[in-house]
Parts: sequence; structure tokens; C-alpha cells
Amino acid sequence: MSNTSARPQPDPDTLIAFEGVGKWFDQFQALKDINLSVKQGARVVVCGPSGSGKSTMIRCVNQLENHQQGTIHVCGREVYGNMKQLEQVRREVGMVFQSFNLFPHMSILQNVTLGPIRNSNLSRSEADDIALHYLERVQIADQADKFPSQLSGGQQQRVAIARALAMKPRVMLFDEPTSALDPEMINEVLDVMTELADDGMTMMVVTHEMGFAREVADRVVFMDEGRIEENCGKTEFFAGGRGERAQAFLSKILQH
Amino acid sequence: MTQIHPEMPLLARLLGVDGVRHPKDPASAHIARSLWQVAQAILLFGILAWLIYAGAAAMEYRWQWYRVGPFFYRIIDGEFIPGPLINGILVTLQLAGISSVLSILIGALTAIGRMSNSIAGRSIATTYLEIIRNTPLLVQLFMFYFVLAPIFGIDRFWAGVLCLAAFEGSFAAEIIRGGIQAVERGQYEAADATGLSKFDKYRYVIVPQALPLILPPLTGLLISLIKHSAIVSVIAVSELTTEGLNLISDTYMAFEIWFIVAGMYLVLTTSLSIMVNILEIKMNRAR
Ligand SMILES: Nc1ncnc2c1ncn2[C@@H]1O[C@H](COP(=O)(O)OP(=O)(O)OP(=O)(O)O)[C@@H](O)[C@H]1O
Ligand SMILES: [Mg+2]
Repeated sequence: MSNTSARPQPDPDTLIAFEGVGKWFDQFQALKDINLSVKQGARVVVCGPSGSGKSTMIRCVNQLENHQQGTIHVCGREVYGNMKQLEQVRREVGMVFQSFNLFPHMSILQNVTLGPIRNSNLSRSEADDIALHYLERVQIADQADKFPSQLSGGQQQRVAIARALAMKPRVMLFDEPTSALDPEMINEVLDVMTELADDGMTMMVVTHEMGFAREVADRVVFMDEGRIEENCGKTEFFAGGRGERAQAFLSKILQH
Repeated sequence: MTQIHPEMPLLARLLGVDGVRHPKDPASAHIARSLWQVAQAILLFGILAWLIYAGAAAMEYRWQWYRVGPFFYRIIDGEFIPGPLINGILVTLQLAGISSVLSILIGALTAIGRMSNSIAGRSIATTYLEIIRNTPLLVQLFMFYFVLAPIFGIDRFWAGVLCLAAFEGSFAAEIIRGGIQAVERGQYEAADATGLSKFDKYRYVIVPQALPLILPPLTGLLISLIKHSAIVSVIAVSELTTEGLNLISDTYMAFEIWFIVAGMYLVLTTSLSIMVNILEIKMNRAR
């Protein structure tokens, strides 16, 4: 596994490549033979029933979960084992969580500058400039001096997006970024994500927001029981060129 | 009903009165009830004091309180000469101070060892914890003094310091580990996802959130270390308890001296607790 890590990726445009990936939690196999590649500029939406392995798959990209079978390449580097290399990969991959996970003991500004200051050796003022730039982009720069607990859920999630962007990642991962939000705040977060997509950011998004998928995705991946059951273009997916399970799942979530 | 609350006035806490008015109480009833509780406490203490006094009288114990002054200090030709009790408490403070610092260090290292991925780190930490927790402190002290001290050529003071530090360090380790593990998983993940190095993750994200959980029990531990330090009197380190024992064998004033020694520990530990409480309240306000 590790001796392939120096080998350059065949296609430099492929930012994420899963090849035959398997993942177990003890006896339970959560991912089965996952093959998936995400190209530069692609916007992949991942959906599927609860427990189907969506989070596990996306978390394997930056190794918040590690896999036991197959290989995962991110930006041309294999992610496995080596901590230093993993840290490098993680700096190229931004992640946004369902529960925001902002650092509660730091101001909004500090939340966003921590990565740039510690990882890229930027001075405080350089990092502040970058942070304010991204906070402006998610329209929350005026809250820079507050603490996470003083912000609404939607605002916190936008800060989390700015925090991830401040590392200037090549790929952004989103794991159900809106499902912990009150309905009236969902759109402010989706709008920010749509803008990001319009700017050409490569994105992998686990979400049940089919409106967002329709508007923003170019590929839709449907998972069930740890497998990728569908992986097709958006138009194809929504036009009904999909299997029974995907159909059943879609009609269920589109009902409400 | 009487909850101990850090902001409660000391007197109220000593008497076990919560000092908080119950919402439906009219003020007068509240005061009357508090007074009644104070009276109860005073009555109980009074009875206790009387029992001791009566018991001592029955034994025909001769109280000699007038002799205790010089045990603290003497002034000879205008010069202040500390007596055995003052010297003893200074040694106790030294002993407890040095062991505190060491026990925090040992605790932190052990906590890191237990949580690390290294098998060596984990097994060393676990062995240390199991040995310290499953043998009596007194036996540990003898091991340090009679076995390790001669081998490594350390004197009785340092044997006492190291033994106490090793003992309290095992509790500090669990307090520190508990605090660190109480930080939410999402915080670790966010730090990892940001690409922080392991050191930066702990330094900037985890430890700052664990400290408010660690500090209160840790300060409690260090205050109790002052009490535990009395045990090193068995290897004749000249701290407060040893000095008390020596005075008793010289003067046979066991009752007076034990009351004084206990009182000195009490004053020391309660004043430290009060200081820590004040500090905590200030820290909470600052946040
Ligand atoms: N840490 C873990 N330990 C054991 N099993 C786990 C763990 N994390 C996930 N699983 C199991 O792996 C399977 C996939 O979980 P995963 O969180 O990836 O699902 P998901 O598709 O994201 O579901 P949801 O829509 O509910 O978020 C589930 O059956 C889950 O119980
Ligand atoms: Mg999930």
C-alpha cells in the first residue's frame, strides 16, 4: 500500500480516488468495495438512507475514519498511515460538519485564523486578513469578535465554512451541513455553498436537500448498505434512470 | 436542601446553611430558620467541647495552654526565633509545594502515556497506576525510604517528596485524563480536519477546553496533599506532624499539641480552599 504513495496519480485532474475501499467497524462492514473518483471542479452529492455509510465514506477522505481495504488517493497522495503526509492532505481538504464543531473557547476570528497561523506560518495580521476575507464571503465578518455560542446555527455553520476555506483547500467536504439547522436557516447556508460551487470549488456533499442537488450537483451518488448503488449524472439521476432502491428513497424524501 | 455552592459565604458553608432564600419564604421566616440552624450547630459544637473537657477532667488531665507560646516562636533580645511548630509548617509547605509541582508533571505525563498509541507508553502508565493504587501509601513510603533512597542516595526529605508526588500523581493523572476525554469528539475531528499537528491540536483546541474541567478537582487534590504529607512523619522528615510528635515526647502535652497541629492544618487548607474559590469565581466572571 505505502509503496504506491509516491507514484503520481494517472490523472492529475482527479482530486479524490477511491479504489476498492472497504471499511469495518469491528465485525460490521460499513463500506463495501467503494470505487469513486471526484475530478477537479466536480460537485458530487451523496445521498442514501440512514446508516448506509455516507458519513463513513466522506470521512475516509481525510481519514477521520481509516479504511482497511483498497486505496484512497487525495490530490495525488495516498492517504494511509503516515501522519505527516496525512496532515498535508488534510490541509488540502476542508470539512464542514453537521454539528458545526466550532471551537467554543475562541472568537469567530480566532476560529478561522487558527489553521492558517499554525499550519502555514502566517503572521497574525496576514491570517486576520485572510479570515476576514472569507468571513465576508460568508457574510458574517461583522460578527468576527463574537464567540460561537453567541451566533445562530446558520451563522455558526457559515463560520465553519469560512474556517475550512481559510486553509485554501482544493476540495470541500460537507457532511449533512444543514440537517442540524432550523428550517429558516437552511437557505443561508445552502446559498453560501451554491456560491462556492459557482466559483468552481470541488465539492463532495452528503445531503438530503434534493433542491440543492438539482441546482448544484453534477453527479449524484446513491448509497445503500455500505455500497455505492448509483453514480450518475444529475439529469440522469433525476430523470429516473436509477434503480429501484434509489427510486424508493427519493420518493420518500421528496414527499416532505 | 443545603447545597454547597462556591459563592456561599464561608460561615454559611461551615454551618451548613445555604444562605439562599427559598422563593416562597417570607424574609422573617427565612431569618428565623437560619438563626435556628446556627443555634443548632453551636449547640452541637458546645456539647462536643464539653464532652472533651469533661473527659479530660475525669482523666485528671492537666491542661497547660499557657506553655504553648514558645512552641510557635520566641523573641530573644529582640530577635525572632521560630519554634518547632513554625519550622514544621514551613517544611510541610515546602514538601507539599514541591510534591504538587511534581505530581502535576507525573500526572500529565501518565495521562499522555495512557492516551497515546505507543504500547510502551500505555503499559508503563498503567503499571505505575496499578502499583500506586493497589498498595498502601505507608508501604510505598517505606519502599521509597528504605529501598530506593539508599540506592539513589536521596535523603529523607526527598524520599518523602518523591513518594507523595508519585502517590498524588496517580490521582492527578486520572483527573487530567478525565478532563481531556470529556472534550467532545467533534472538537478533535474539527482540529484534525483543519490539518493541525497533534501538538497544536492539544495545545490550542483540546487542553484549553479541558482545563476548566481539570483545575477544580486538581486544586482539591493539591490541598489534600497537604494533609497527606503528614504521613512522612513516619520517616522522620521534620514537618509539622513530626514536630508535634517531638514536642509531645518532650512535654507530655498531647492534648494541647494535637489540637494545635490539627488547627494549623485546618487553617492552612481552608485558607487555600477559600483562595481557590475566589480565584475560580474570578475566572468564571472573566469568561
Ligand atoms: N464509530 C462507529 N462504530 C461502530 N459503527 C459505526 C460507527 N460509525 C458508524 N457506524 C455504523 O456504520 C454504518 C454507517 O454509518 P454512517 O454514519 O456512515 O451512515 P450515514 O449514511 O452517514 O447515516 P446518517 O444518514 O444517519 O448520517 C451505520 O450502520 C453505523 O451504525
Ligand atoms: Mg451521516
